[in-house]
Amino acid sequence: MLQKIYDWVDERLDITPMWRDIADHEVPEHVNPAHHFSAFVYCFGGLTFFVTVIQILSGMFLAMYYVPDIVNAYESVYYLQNEVTFGVIVRGMHHWGASLVIVMMFLHTLRVFFTGSYKKPRELNWVVGVLIFFVMLGLGFTGYLLPWDMKAYFATVVGLEIAEAVPVVGTFAKTLLAGGEIIGAQTLTRFYAIHVFFLPGALLGLLGAHFYMIRKQGISGPL
Amino acid sequence: MHRGKGMKFVGDSRVPATRMPNIPKDYSEYPHKTEAFWPNFLLREWMVGAVFLIGYLCLTIAHPSPLERVADPNDSGYIPLPDWYFLFLYQLLKYEFAAGAYTVIGAVVMPGIAFGALLLAPWLDNGVERRPLRRPIASALMMLGIVSIIFLTWESVDQHDWEAAARQGAIVEDVEIDESSEGYEIYMSQQACIGCHGDQGEGGAAGPNIFENDYDAEDYAEIIRNGQGEMPGDQFDGSDEELEILAEWIANDGQDAE
Repeated sequence: MLQKIYDWVDERLDITPMWRDIADHEVPEHVNPAHHFSAFVYCFGGLTFFVTVIQILSGMFLAMYYVPDIVNAYESVYYLQNEVTFGVIVRGMHHWGASLVIVMMFLHTLRVFFTGSYKKPRELNWVVGVLIFFVMLGLGFTGYLLPWDMKAYFATVVGLEIAEAVPVVGTFAKTLLAGGEIIGAQTLTRFYAIHVFFLPGALLGLLGAHFYMIRKQGISGPL
Repeated sequence: MHRGKGMKFVGDSRVPATRMPNIPKDYSEYPHKTEAFWPNFLLREWMVGAVFLIGYLCLTIAHPSPLERVADPNDSGYIPLPDWYFLFLYQLLKYEFAAGAYTVIGAVVMPGIAFGALLLAPWLDNGVERRPLRRPIASALMMLGIVSIIFLTWESVDQHDWEAAARQGAIVEDVEIDESSEGYEIYMSQQACIGCHGDQGEGGAAGPNIFENDYDAEDYAEIIRNGQGEMPGDQFDGSDEELEILAEWIANDGQDAE
């Protein structure tokens, strides 16, 4: 039955090459922990992606309850944390995932660095990877404000003060992020929009480029 | 790709009528023990992912994510702290050579050089040698970066007053005080009390919320008489009986004793 449905769709849309392109590639011996246990260092990139997927899914569920305004933001997070069934788990996964993604990405960066995998012809993929790193830090910074509790607010105040200290563009950057002179209602909606739309959009584009390049070039050979 | 005569299509579409066989590629002629990603390797990777997910969920259940009290922009005494992965940048700004007049060095120049070098690593370290020991400068600089990050994070965690921060951020339950009670009347008649603790006992910059502790009436009477910490004693201006009623009222979360 399933085979017939597949064949029916495949006859009309020729889907086999599409997913075969994604599914079929070789895993060389030197990156396979089944053959050399030390090859587990090659897992960090995949785990970063795994946590990123969890972040996107848990974030989608958090957005069902979260209200990005200064009157209700805290109340909605408090309600989610204390009243909603499994709300504490979903918020917990998003909270800890934010840290795990940084840890995994850091380890992945070190693996790529110390195996010299960024060398020709993979320079561009390294640059895209570092940009992903910056986007992730941006997601961490903007997401930290959203619960609108004491540590969220004052961490943002300090962060924006540091941004303001940058010569020439500092004041402009601070005003752009804070949405005005004071850190308040405008800042919260801006950080929400950046956290939920701008940076995830950039992240998905960069991840697409990252994965396309690794598939095109293949993984770097053994040392 | 098939070109020219003899091409067949599905209906009037551009989809070719000849099917690609749905079988995995053959890697048996690849070097060493190369295997197929799909499905062989993915199944094993799936298991690693499952183990990782279990650890992740255990962490989530064992340590619920923290939530402090609602943001109060006027509370300027709060000790700010960014999330842990920004601590090394934050700590850098506390050193003399990177703070005050030199903030630009700590906020822009040093992180800019470090992250700029990271971004441009393929061009800064452009030899063909890949082994870390064969390119000692690149490896040494990266080790220096790692050690600096760990050291700065450690220093920052060490210098932060975690207990004070936890106290400042703790969620304080709202107390519904009875404004028609005798205790409230006495409280409002004492300028020394409301001066620091506010007219709802809510506290402020100079004094804490009077309802946040779980002492009993005698303890409160004692504190009012003798003071505690920065709070001076002998400020109460009334009879001993009134002081007793006031202490009862505080112990009773803003209600008169029955």
